Amino acid sequence: MGAPLLSVRHLSTEFRTERGTVKAVDDVSFDLSAGETLAIVGESGSGKSVTAMSILRLIPDPPGRIIAGEVVFDGRDLLKLEDHEIRAIRGNRIAMIFQEPMSSLNPSLTIGLQIAEPINLHRKTPWAAAMNMAVELLGRVRLPDARSRVKSYPHQFSGGMRQRAMIAMALACQPQLIIADEPTTALDVTVQAQILALLKEVTRAANSALILITHDLGVVARYADRVCVMYGGRIIETGPAREIYARPRHPYTIGLMASVPRLDQATGSRLVPIDGQPPNLANLPPGCAFAPRCRNAVDRCRVERPALVKSGPEHLSACHFHDQLSA
Amino acid sequence: MTSSAPDANLPELVLEVSDLKVHFPVMAGAVVRKQVGSVKAVDGVSFNVRRGETLGLVGESGCGKSTTGLAVLKMLDITSGQVVFEGEDISGYDRARMRPIRRRMQMVYQDPFGSLNPRMKVAQIVGEPLEVHGMANDRAIYRARVASLLDMVGLLPDMADRYPHEFSGGQRQRIGIARALALEPSLIICDEPVSALDVSIQAQVVNLFQELQERLGLTYVFIAHDLAVVRHISHRIAVMYLGRIVEIASRADLYARPLHPYTVALLAAIPIPDPEVEATRPQQIITGEVPSAMRPPPGCRFHTRCPSVMEVCKSVDPPMRDMGDDRAVACHLHGA
Repeated sequence: MGAPLLSVRHLSTEFRTERGTVKAVDDVSFDLSAGETLAIVGESGSGKSVTAMSILRLIPDPPGRIIAGEVVFDGRDLLKLEDHEIRAIRGNRIAMIFQEPMSSLNPSLTIGLQIAEPINLHRKTPWAAAMNMAVELLGRVRLPDARSRVKSYPHQFSGGMRQRAMIAMALACQPQLIIADEPTTALDVTVQAQILALLKEVTRAANSALILITHDLGVVARYADRVCVMYGGRIIETGPAREIYARPRHPYTIGLMASVPRLDQATGSRLVPIDGQPPNLANLPPGCAFAPRCRNAVDRCRVERPALVKSGPEHLSACHFHDQLSA
Repeated sequence: MTSSAPDANLPELVLEVSDLKVHFPVMAGAVVRKQVGSVKAVDGVSFNVRRGETLGLVGESGCGKSTTGLAVLKMLDITSGQVVFEGEDISGYDRARMRPIRRRMQMVYQDPFGSLNPRMKVAQIVGEPLEVHGMANDRAIYRARVASLLDMVGLLPDMADRYPHEFSGGQRQRIGIARALALEPSLIICDEPVSALDVSIQAQVVNLFQELQERLGLTYVFIAHDLAVVRHISHRIAVMYLGRIVEIASRADLYARPLHPYTVALLAAIPIPDPEVEATRPQQIITGEVPSAMRPPPGCRFHTRCPSVMEVCKSVDPPMRDMGDDRAVACHLHGA
């Protein structure tokens, strides 16, 4: 394998709040190759969205600030680029899709104009040609009636249609990387399945890489090649999706899998919840962030923060006892 | 726990809903307002719920599941149809006549952030129903009752003097449940009660609902879009689409042998959290989105998206058909 398309190294992002400085992302590292789908899984406050925003330097400063690390994309550290250089990459070589398409679309511009804009901006394609490409892109994301729909405004679209338009916009400049942050959480289940299948299909066709940020373990299982599980701002486990599901090596991952009901399993037994509450980033314990909720925690876990270490051929776990756990 | 109500010695019916319709008028005109149509949010829904049972109501946004819940509680005006609660026909009851009934039917809402008054302490939130219904005249009894309610939902008694913002989402949902339990209801309508919670917290709250049901003999109508959660908690499940129930069955039957193409589609859309299973699972994703409830399609409402659509589906509305074993389906594929 050659150099990865994206290599995130020791990324840390903090926010200054009234209650002190919060480290939302803490020493996060991962690689991503062309054509690969990486899922970043975690609950609210785990740092998964802030990681994505940090890659594209979309963290509002103040209050946020990327304090350390490298984001090497195609050989260049995005964190060291000038503002105009990162703008030339955003929406062009790296595209982002957000959870709520209504808030990322401009309500006063037609859908066609918004899709054509990056083509005109980044590729210097004349407007008329860019508008034709917008029609073609809307067709590719299977928006019915694309030719007349380019003239519609976002409010005239349903949630699913808006997300299709967002995907069309993301595809406009044939990006090498698409970052999708909970792209279907706001959508109905049948539409959710349509949109995710579409996203997977278009990235595969273009051999683009996809970062899928989600809290849904089912979505990860269906679409991801590799997984990073985040908790309290850190990656606590990572590896190939099949490996993580078959042999989870962190008590949090094991707990998450036991706590979700599955359609293919017998009913009647109680779910096994994870005790306690999600961590408060402003007040993380000194040791393992999961220790207060972990059934296996011992004194060492409460004082010594476990490093992310090798637990299998391509499998990393941040648990002192990763080699003694059974799911 | 049994997966479906036994045939013999069935517990009594707590709730009987027949041909329930809730239509909202759509008005237009800036000066002279007039009705230009109606949204048929609930359009002929019938189901029963027995004592100690959980009926799951599933469907996508706009299917009418939440409206059905609100109409059962008479928090919305019913256009037509009948709601019988514990043998009493409450369809025509006004607010005053509903007051004593409301003690026995309560609601738990989706949003544990929006449904609790931020200026009230937990003790007031949980105890307010007791005061409203004149059951808290003695301070000591009141405090003791609030403490026991908090204990019942797994919160500590000293949390009574704190405010909602001091609690996490899961804890707030527990507060909402304690409040719903204050008047010792027999029926609780749960409207997406775990959807807003983190995955690791959902299981805690789902388990709490099940424990309370066993302990107090509660009857639930559990409204949600997450089929995996609904299947886990419900004894019977009604699948709704555009204001109608399209299929109702015990959870075992519904998942093992779904009859309605929409039920099949919904089940197929839910990914199973296991890459090995997903790799071999047929991907039958239906196209399109739910049409407007203002102008539902003629014939079967699902025909515009149905992979098995036939000519008859486009013009003839399929009636709900009893399939035996306490299950029914509205689909021409399962006609005479």
